[in-house]
Amino acid sequence: MGKTIAEKIFDSHFVDNPSGDIHVIRLDAVFCHEITTPGAINDLIDRGKDRVFDPTKIKAVIDHVTPAKDTKTARQGKVLREWAGRHNIQDFFDIGRNGVCHAIFPEKGFVRPGYTIIMGDSHTCTHGAFGAFAAGVGTTDLEVGILKGVCAFHHPLTIKINITGNLREGVYAKDVILSIIGRLGVNGATGKVVEFTGPVVNAMSMEARMTCCNMAVEAGATCGICLPDMTTVEYLWEFIKGEYATKKEALEKFNGFSPDLDAVYEDVIDHDITGLEPQVTFGYKPDQVKPVKEMEGIKVDQVYIGSCTNGRIEDLRVAAEVLNGEKISDSVRGIVSPATPKVFSEAMEEGILKIFMDAGFCVTNPTCGACLGMSNGVLAEGEVCASTTNRNFNGRMGKGGMVHLMSPATAAATAIAGYITNSNEFRE
Amino acid sequence: MKKFSGKALFLDRSDINTDEIIPAKYLTEISRKALKPYLLEDIKLDGFDKKDVEGKSVIITRANFGCGSSREHAPWALEENGINLVIAESFARIFRQNMYNCGMMAVELSAQAIEHLFNDFAGKETFVETDIEKNSFIFQADEHKQEIPFEIFEFDSMLVEAGGWLEYADLKY
Repeated sequence: MGKTIAEKIFDSHFVDNPSGDIHVIRLDAVFCHEITTPGAINDLIDRGKDRVFDPTKIKAVIDHVTPAKDTKTARQGKVLREWAGRHNIQDFFDIGRNGVCHAIFPEKGFVRPGYTIIMGDSHTCTHGAFGAFAAGVGTTDLEVGILKGVCAFHHPLTIKINITGNLREGVYAKDVILSIIGRLGVNGATGKVVEFTGPVVNAMSMEARMTCCNMAVEAGATCGICLPDMTTVEYLWEFIKGEYATKKEALEKFNGFSPDLDAVYEDVIDHDITGLEPQVTFGYKPDQVKPVKEMEGIKVDQVYIGSCTNGRIEDLRVAAEVLNGEKISDSVRGIVSPATPKVFSEAMEEGILKIFMDAGFCVTNPTCGACLGMSNGVLAEGEVCASTTNRNFNGRMGKGGMVHLMSPATAAATAIAGYITNSNEFRE
Repeated sequence: MKKFSGKALFLDRSDINTDEIIPAKYLTEISRKALKPYLLEDIKLDGFDKKDVEGKSVIITRANFGCGSSREHAPWALEENGINLVIAESFARIFRQNMYNCGMMAVELSAQAIEHLFNDFAGKETFVETDIEKNSFIFQADEHKQEIPFEIFEFDSMLVEAGGWLEYADLKY
């Protein structure tokens, strides 16, 4: 019987089968940030087990609240910083070099096809864009990962989503994934791996694939995954060129994880995006999705462009194209958080930050901040935010606030208008 | 092993997420005790009063409980309030795993069984007696008593017995 990419990755990392369909697998990387890791660190200290399985396989970043906003967040950063120091964790990114975890770790070349990765963060599924198995876990799983380099999962049943059709001008990966979540529902892929394939995915950049995989968890998925191809190799080449003679050779190696032709899937869904228009969420669940034109005119108080979903350079380019020469509405607070120092620096060199600033946006340092209502753009009760992030849960960006998820293009157009609206291509 | 019996709290909604169970602004607390007052602070549920949590040990709810953020602060906030068992139609993967990793229980019953429980017991003072040996719950309110069998994965009961995943993994790997 044939195998899926996730099954092949599990086989190649097998450690134990303690019971039933439970696979204990070896981890290639454990990613850490300052919100969920200090609990694991303190517990390991309390147990007299303050050790790490391999400091070269642990990557850590302070990203959720940076710079620290109060003594509590400063203490969380301190716990992570001191732990990284005493265990000689070289890949630790502190202020000035830090960025949103799911943007900075791929950018540093830490994610490779066939890897197994965990992190105490539900959007770890982002890294599946590289053909890796990457899953968000809680603090205890993270703690065991740090100490032992293993994690337990049920057998990775896979739903294949074959994305076909032609993406219209002005429609982006964010619109595609919102339309898929709307179709699957917030519980539609719970405990499953979602494999994104088909011509639309093949034509996507790594950034766009990361946007899709990032939101797989919003349908309940353990991991979103794309098959490695030449786009993957090109993105990684600067990090792997010492390991392979040619790009073709690298691709051949990565193709070892490709699903067999007779691989068995839990479900195969054809998702045709021909004619798909820009999408936006309503309500408090990410599967409550509508075309933007049906939400046209809803007033917003804040527009936020950033996060592990849409804070990469491509996203800022798209938004800047809409904002170029325009001013945002007087009634809107515009906030843009480039996801990493590299994105920030590129946006500066390309004149994108100037476009944002001239339009009236506040440009912040790279951080998760506003997305989960921790800092840098928390909403007041009754306020509405148009956001390029991934969750519209009640209270997510501030108690009593409302969040509408959308693409950077739609967010930029909304900032100019002061109410939810499409970018030019779709105006009637 | 933790205690899995006691008074029941009924939450009649699907897709209750971990931001509702414990909002992100409290994730900067280092001590788990500090989370106690904020359990279910942002829940979107008509008629829910924070006082409803007092004295409860078991939650009964609908589908996809614990979706969203991976924060283990959600089980911790439950545990700090004396709630070690959640019974639902289904759970989000990470939340479910976090519960067993902490030596707590997240038990799935069929949609029909959950519907019966809501019909027969919601709104009444209900006591749930959990028998881990027999894999059964006894629900009781006034004179009405009902036994409900449940199934959990062998691996999950191994974690409950071990006291959690760290204890288990540390011995074995």
